[in-house]
Amino acid sequence: MPLELKARSEATVPKPTARSRKQSALARRQRNEAVVLAVPALIPVIILSVVPLLIGVSLAFTDSQLISESAPGFVGVDNFARLLRNGAFWNAFGIGAIWSVSVTALQLVCGLALALLLNTDLRFRGVTRLLAIIPWAMPPVVVAIMWQMIYSPTNGPLNWFITSLGGPRINWLGDFSLALPAVILVGVWAGMPQNTISYLAGLQQVPVELLEAARVDGAGAWSRFVHVTLPALKPTIISIVSLSFIWNFNSFGIIYVLTAGGPGGKTLLPMLFVYIEAFRNGNTGMAAAMTDVIVVFLVIVLSAFLLRNFRKGVQA
Amino acid sequence: MRNQPVLIRTLQYVFLAGFLLFLGFPFLWLISTAFKSPAELNSLAVNLVPLQPTLDNFTAAFEAQGLVRAAWNSVFVSVVTTVIVVIISVPGAYVLARYRGKIRAMGSGWVLVSQIVPVALFILPLFFILRMVGLVDSLGGVIAVYVVYTLPFSLWMLQGYVAAIPVDVEEAGATDGATKLQVLTRIVFPLLQPGLIATAIFTFVAAYNEFFFALVLLQSPENFTLSVSLSTFSNGEGLSEIGPLAAGALIASIPSVIFFAILQRRLTGGLLAGAVKG
Repeated sequence: MPLELKARSEATVPKPTARSRKQSALARRQRNEAVVLAVPALIPVIILSVVPLLIGVSLAFTDSQLISESAPGFVGVDNFARLLRNGAFWNAFGIGAIWSVSVTALQLVCGLALALLLNTDLRFRGVTRLLAIIPWAMPPVVVAIMWQMIYSPTNGPLNWFITSLGGPRINWLGDFSLALPAVILVGVWAGMPQNTISYLAGLQQVPVELLEAARVDGAGAWSRFVHVTLPALKPTIISIVSLSFIWNFNSFGIIYVLTAGGPGGKTLLPMLFVYIEAFRNGNTGMAAAMTDVIVVFLVIVLSAFLLRNFRKGVQA
Repeated sequence: MRNQPVLIRTLQYVFLAGFLLFLGFPFLWLISTAFKSPAELNSLAVNLVPLQPTLDNFTAAFEAQGLVRAAWNSVFVSVVTTVIVVIISVPGAYVLARYRGKIRAMGSGWVLVSQIVPVALFILPLFFILRMVGLVDSLGGVIAVYVVYTLPFSLWMLQGYVAAIPVDVEEAGATDGATKLQVLTRIVFPLLQPGLIATAIFTFVAAYNEFFFALVLLQSPENFTLSVSLSTFSNGEGLSEIGPLAAGALIASIPSVIFFAILQRRLTGGLLAGAVKG
């Protein structure tokens, strides 16, 4: 037996080497092809994406100014030390956190609810689907202009509705406590369609047999949703929530036009703060430190979120 | 027991109507405002259907400072961006879909990272790099930024369509003696057309709607894109000349809305390919 084994292994040894030489030549040719084909995409990416990323991180350690004749000098962690004491920045950070958590959560709830409705045999589903596309397609600047009209304190339809019910006339975007909730609603409006369509696609992949089996076993609609639909949708939900959170934390256009961060900085999101610091105050080194902090924060939040859900998934 | 389904059905329709109102009403209001006369806009009366519909606001918008110019800039920037992105995405997406190894791993990694890293981190260095080569305040600079900014998604979307083409088709071409270039241009490219159209529309809409980079990079009004131009008409505190602004905003949103309506059925696959796998 051992002899036979040996003989066999000897016989098979030369064969793979010949093949692997042939394969490695093929692999080399394939790699060269791949490089040639990828170059057109690689050049702009390296110049305008990878290099800026590296510069962006390093700018934070300099005293770079927007308008300056001399090259920026290295200042170590000076910017970060000063940033720690910058209450206004952390205030903006907090507003950013409230905004992105609220918008992301509401997008999830409303998006999922609408997706569930669209996944039934109700009428007007087609119209709703088509209408749902509009907020998604619209330029953020137009979205903001449109909602300014809705919220208009003088002849906006929202105030008309409230006053006709006997309520007070409200200056939605100018009120210190109402401005943030008001812009959060706009954020939900703008991002909900994308959530809805993704969840709808996810729902259509939930195995019908599984739902049917649960129904035969006597599970009610709610129980079927919690025990069959939700677990099946989980990967979709996790991806959409993660992406939405990042996008929302970095939103800029809608708020810039809607309130410009006002009133009194009540809707000043981190990105608006960075924009002002860099392009109004000209402190680009400090602004870069802010973006670094934002990115590190997002990476930490995201890893914690993904890790937690991943662990849960493994346990289950 | 028989009443329960009816009750649920009714509730479902109530919620659906609520969502319809929430999603659709703002756009209806924009349309309505665009057709209202100044007198009606200045009054406190609130009507969804304009009492005396007028096209004056559209005339005013077309005559407004630089809005037509801005529209042209937006279309120019978006079309050039789309053409460049599609041309460089085809071979790139082919590599992502067909080859194994480091390039593919790095490419996919970069697509993923670019979806996660906020644009905030890019904007300052991009501004300095473009200023160094004299491309700040020029449409060329904006196009360069948009190409890189829309490329990851476009690559990801397109590689899904490439992966859907059976390898056998290509191998049949190769055994018939076609070179790699011939296989790509004569076999892969024609089969990719539906995917190319979808990718092109996504790229166009992304570039057309973009605001932040344009705001930072463009300084002279004659270079403004539509978004930047419209944003100057509306300051944080309120609206100047609401009628023409509504008309301008309505016209500005037409290309994206039409393109997305065309793509309606494909939005699902496109987004999921980018969002879920990415």
